[in-house]
Amino acid sequence: MSVESLIPSLCVLALAEGSGSGATGLISSLYVFALAAFLGYQVISRVPPLLHTPLMSATNAISAISVVGSILTAGGKYSEVSKLLGFIAVISAMINVVGGFMITDRMLKMFKDKIGGGRDSGSKEEKR
Amino acid sequence: MDSNYLIEFSYLLASILFVFGLKGLSHPRTARRGMNLAALGMLVAIVGTLIHHAIISYTMIIIGMIIGSLIGAAMSIWMPMTAMPQRTALSHAFGALAASLVGISEYYQHVVHEGGTISRFTMIALGFEVLFGSLTVTGSLMAFAKLQEMMRGTPITYRGQNIVNMTLFAIAAGIFVYLIFVPTASTLFYVMVGLSFLFGVLLVMPIGSADMPVVMSLMNSYAGLASAATGFAIGKNVLIIAGTLDGFSGFILSILMCKAMNRSIMNVLFGAFGSASTDTGPGVEGVMREVSADDVAVQLAYARQVVFVPGYGMATAQAQHAVRELAETLQHKGVNVKYAIHPVAGRMPGHMNVLLAEANVPYSQLYELEQINPEMQATDVAVVIGANDVVNPDARDNPKSPIAGMPIIEVDRAQNVVVLKRGKGKGFSGLENPLFFKANTGMLYGDAKSSLTKLAQAVQQA
Repeated sequence: MSVESLIPSLCVLALAEGSGSGATGLISSLYVFALAAFLGYQVISRVPPLLHTPLMSATNAISAISVVGSILTAGGKYSEVSKLLGFIAVISAMINVVGGFMITDRMLKMFKDKIGGGRDSGSKEEKR
Repeated sequence: MDSNYLIEFSYLLASILFVFGLKGLSHPRTARRGMNLAALGMLVAIVGTLIHHAIISYTMIIIGMIIGSLIGAAMSIWMPMTAMPQRTALSHAFGALAASLVGISEYYQHVVHEGGTISRFTMIALGFEVLFGSLTVTGSLMAFAKLQEMMRGTPITYRGQNIVNMTLFAIAAGIFVYLIFVPTASTLFYVMVGLSFLFGVLLVMPIGSADMPVVMSLMNSYAGLASAATGFAIGKNVLIIAGTLDGFSGFILSILMCKAMNRSIMNVLFGAFGSASTDTGPGVEGVMREVSADDVAVQLAYARQVVFVPGYGMATAQAQHAVRELAETLQHKGVNVKYAIHPVAGRMPGHMNVLLAEANVPYSQLYELEQINPEMQATDVAVVIGANDVVNPDARDNPKSPIAGMPIIEVDRAQNVVVLKRGKGKGFSGLENPLFFKANTGMLYGDAKSSLTKLAQAVQQA
């Protein structure tokens, strides 16, 4: 983990701490958004094409953090209609939380550097 | 009060773990550990939310979480790897559905039920959340239907389609702007939701299966942005961070996919590629030379280097294991085997890599376009398995071709080419491929899986 790549994340998180409401809340939300976008670019552009499918399912699982909003809606002091919508939202978000992380792991488990003489083919070729 | 700090701290921790998790994906060796960290972050955030004092009843939450977890687990355990694009399309729909339902629910609660109003800032956030969310739900479901072949994968077009789509989008955007100034116009809010559901359908309808990698990436991006907008609306930074990471990841992938096809995002969305057969320059002359498995086997067995070029055809024929078996047989004979992976081969970014990994092909044998092309001349046999456009030399040689300028895997520069193809017809894009008519190209017709198995047996005996 290189140090320089962590600086933006620390900035994001420092700002994430200090968010309030009103105008300052809006501005700090925008700061978080802008820095998270920058950080996202830095981190994601280093993912090799080899792992693009797991990347997609991983980011999908992570963005299922909207389950936080769903939980607060489904269990909060809300009207029946809102709670019902929240309930469906909890279900769909949880599908992605559990399904997303599980399928990503299932995929990543399959990626192997070498097996059954994968790399040996090179040396065999030289012998010929 | 104390619990509030605890909750905020759990979100902070979750955000850090998400970033570390994605950082881990920069290498297959660190990827699993990274994702475990991210999953831990998710757990921390959910537990933190559950102790929130605003929650007055846990019944709905617990039932919802159990149902969702069961469906999610079932989907990830029993889904075959070849169905990965469909699953991903579905998960984009679920993610976006959650975001847009939270948005609609918030709006209903504060404006309709309580008869109050919401701040302009909240309305902007809710608007984006619902717009992106709803169009992603239906757009992804359309993509799912096309990938699952519940509807035909060719573009569905009609006259004035772009005008209809643009008008629809303009109306939805207009309503959004109006709502920012008059947030209490609830009827218009529902009209806006309805329009964006409709827009999602119409947006994906004209897009052909071959362009699915771009659509998938875009939907990935929109689903993330919808989550980020939810974060703005309910004032939760962890949602903004996670949603933005997802949004940008999808955006970067869309750009990479478009580059790999030498097209712009606008062109993919509004171009209805492959629908009209335009002037494609001089027609292809010559005959396709059919070859037998035995002939190919001899060629392969005495080659120094063989490069396999998989495409979507490998996925539909479930031929990834058969490819690996053939490759291993060749390796035992001392042949150097490599796989060439085009970025848009298949139906989603990285599709081929996952299938080959499933078949136990080590990733050190997988080569990207830029790495493998310089080696093509030194390749004795290039075996194309159900790929078409990504090896079409017209993209390089014929400026009039609809795919002109698209980077290709230059199998035509190899000493010999063998194309495994189901039949003599054209591919998904409907384009002629001059590669098939070249003198050193042999066509091996039939189901890719059984052809490969036959080849492996014949090589063994050769």
